[in-house]
Amino acid sequence: MSGNTIIEAKGLELWYGDNHALKGVSLEIPENRITALIGPSGCGKSTFLKTLNRMNDLVPGVRIEGQLLYNGEDIYGPDVDVTRLRKQIGMVFQKANPFPMSIYDNIAYGPRTHGVRSRAKLDDIVERSLRDAAIWDEVKDRLNKSALGLSGGQQQRLCIARALAVEPDVLLMDESTSALDPISTGKIEELALELKNRYTVVMVTHNMQQAVRVSDMTAFFLLGELVEFGDTERLFSHPRDKRTEDYITGRFG
Amino acid sequence: MKGSITKGLSPRRRAYDITMRTLLYAAAALICALLVFLIGYILYRGIPHLSWQFLTSEESVIKDIEGILPAILNTVYVIIATLIFILPLGVGSAIYLTEYASNKRVVAAIEFATETLSGMPSIIFALVGVIVFCEFCGLGQSLIAGAFSLVMMTLPTVIRTTQESLKTVPLSYREGSLALGSGKWHMIRTVVLPSSVDGIVTGCILAVGRIVGESAVLMFTAGMGMRLAKYGDSVGEFFRNLFDSSGATLTVALYHYAKERADFDSAFAVAVVLLVIAFGINLAAKFAGRKLKKR
Amino acid sequence: MNEAILSKEAGAKVKTAAKTAKNKKSGARGALEFTMKALFLICGLVAVGFVLIISVYLIVSGIPAIREVGLLEFLGGTDWDPANRSGDPSFGILPMILTSIYGTAGAIVIGVPIGFLMAVFLSKVAPRRLAAVIREVVDLLAGIPSVVYGLVGMIVLLPAIRDLFGLPAGDSLLAAVFVLAIMILPSIISVSETALDAVPREYEEASLALGATELETYFRVSAPAAKSGIAASVVLGVGRAIGEAMAILMVAGNVANMPSLLSSVKFLTTAIAGEMGYADGLHRQALFSIGLVLFLFIMLINAALNLFLKRSKEGQA
Repeated sequence: MSGNTIIEAKGLELWYGDNHALKGVSLEIPENRITALIGPSGCGKSTFLKTLNRMNDLVPGVRIEGQLLYNGEDIYGPDVDVTRLRKQIGMVFQKANPFPMSIYDNIAYGPRTHGVRSRAKLDDIVERSLRDAAIWDEVKDRLNKSALGLSGGQQQRLCIARALAVEPDVLLMDESTSALDPISTGKIEELALELKNRYTVVMVTHNMQQAVRVSDMTAFFLLGELVEFGDTERLFSHPRDKRTEDYITGRFG
Repeated sequence: MKGSITKGLSPRRRAYDITMRTLLYAAAALICALLVFLIGYILYRGIPHLSWQFLTSEESVIKDIEGILPAILNTVYVIIATLIFILPLGVGSAIYLTEYASNKRVVAAIEFATETLSGMPSIIFALVGVIVFCEFCGLGQSLIAGAFSLVMMTLPTVIRTTQESLKTVPLSYREGSLALGSGKWHMIRTVVLPSSVDGIVTGCILAVGRIVGESAVLMFTAGMGMRLAKYGDSVGEFFRNLFDSSGATLTVALYHYAKERADFDSAFAVAVVLLVIAFGINLAAKFAGRKLKKR
Repeated sequence: MNEAILSKEAGAKVKTAAKTAKNKKSGARGALEFTMKALFLICGLVAVGFVLIISVYLIVSGIPAIREVGLLEFLGGTDWDPANRSGDPSFGILPMILTSIYGTAGAIVIGVPIGFLMAVFLSKVAPRRLAAVIREVVDLLAGIPSVVYGLVGMIVLLPAIRDLFGLPAGDSLLAAVFVLAIMILPSIISVSETALDAVPREYEEASLALGATELETYFRVSAPAAKSGIAASVVLGVGRAIGEAMAILMVAGNVANMPSLLSSVKFLTTAIAGEMGYADGLHRQALFSIGLVLFLFIMLINAALNLFLKRSKEGQA
């Protein structure tokens, strides 16, 4: 089932000050697949996600050991430029966070930042990204209106479009549907399934049904450890670890 | 689609980054340098002329003495006189706004008024002070007319800080008192006011800061006299001075030295005194404010 | 959250309970409660009274001179010679209006960029300790009385301008602009910083996650998101600059020329501050009229300020 590995963690350790948040995590994330990270709150799944595009760098007192490779390059290597890294590995957050600007400017922000100046090219990128995020039809008549006027689900798809506009390889989704109603959630899940043809998606989710519905691979985290990682169907039907079984059968968490 | 993650910023983005960072540090350095220069220069020019005699005597042409005692006392008098009025008025308004106000229009009117007053330049208070207090009320140029004009100017400061501290008094305190069957005024007096003292104090300190720094209002309403009518060592004398004495406070004295007499040594000496007071007030306000924040 | 609601309900119950108790006792205590409430209301109305007094007195004492001179002549006249004893005084305040506008604009042009950069530095870039020290510096700048700025301007700035441009005297619009720019810095910095601090962290995270650098994020996302607050700081600066009198009275030269950067000029405020002491008759009334014009300017600026502050608050919600 798994294709080429795009991201590989080898013995990844992370501390927030004295708090040992990731303990020797090793896993290989396959390309053009959806990988779900599940586990109870505080288990380290979000922390792991944020090490992939180095958003954890912003937390004071964070310390990281071990290896994290992206296409064979060390993400925490000395030559890495985080702006390049984050362009390659995009992110959608838990709470939709469109900028307080027009819809157009939201999408164009990334390309502009990375040096696209031509209006025609930007128009093109905006339309393509909005189409890819399945929101073009809803917003095409009001591209110059504020993005804050959209509904929660629309805002989240706009954020996905904004992330796609810089042409990433990998899309990280940090519980991106947890604040949405079921219909909006369904739309975003559908979207994720479409996107995996061209992107690698890594999603943190609280919702096990969601992991079953959309992901190819699932990683179960507990107390900073990666307990089990494998094919989603297999993991949910025949968990190898007792703790995984307890979690997916709802005995804790 | 696959791109390297080690390529680094484009020259254009790198230039932007460096330029902006340089500008930020330059702005910070400029402002700090400005303050260091300002303070250093004032101290350098003012301290040599500053002496005990300068601070504690009244100027006399005959004895060839220069002194700013009257200006210091005038400043103190004006501060006390202004506080006497703004303290009850400011605290009272704040209590009305936070504890009683039920009529939205009245609240809106009061809030509009305080905003308007706090945005009004002092020269306007000077003009109105001259017409209303000096002339219409017949107070003439006197410290009390100056104090009244300053009441208009500083009232919003006291109202606002008091209001903020009243808002921080927890509901449970109020309930506790009301549940014991006390009336509203009793509750305010025994529970609300005592626990918002630091806010009121902060407001007064800030008001004192504005009074000490104010010059335009006082120049026209309190006058520019460099002498004191009577030295006040009793309460009666204090009041007589307030009404009879037309006197310059420190800022007005500074203006007088600099602009009318071109006596810059004395002007800088007064500036040193003003700086020390401003510094003290900043410290005091910060201290009181920190206590307020702790709650 | 539930607790808050519960305690509010409890509070309401307690209040009604207290009310019934009060009704029973009525008499002396009811009278006391009523008196206190009335007293506090009166305190609150004092501020309203002040504003009314200011408006009424400025209008009443400002109108006569305007009527006598003629509104167009007063506002549009370029010649201010009120004390002309040979019998032909003129009362045109256009030079002062323009000086006030130019001087304020100049102070804004210099002060706003520096203040804004400083605010970004304090809010986003500076290490916490350094930011705390600089905030003290800014507070101290705000606490220095305006006559002290005027004094240093007189002694340092005027000779510098005189020598630099080879003028007979350094008293000029330029000197006033510099002094005003410095004086408005603290308000611009503190209001902008508050607005920048209030920008939700999520906006900045989104920008960083798209591969923007921190500085790109601060200038292209945080600053636009804080634009209402920053606009409010500019308007506040305009209000401060247009209302300042004493400091610029000491450096502007006070001749009612049409404004130019290196000539001696008179502002609306300095006309009042400089001439109040000796003016009489129509001249004195004309000063009150200038006060009225200034008052109208300030009311406009206040209205703009409140608009921006309100928007800035709504933007955060």
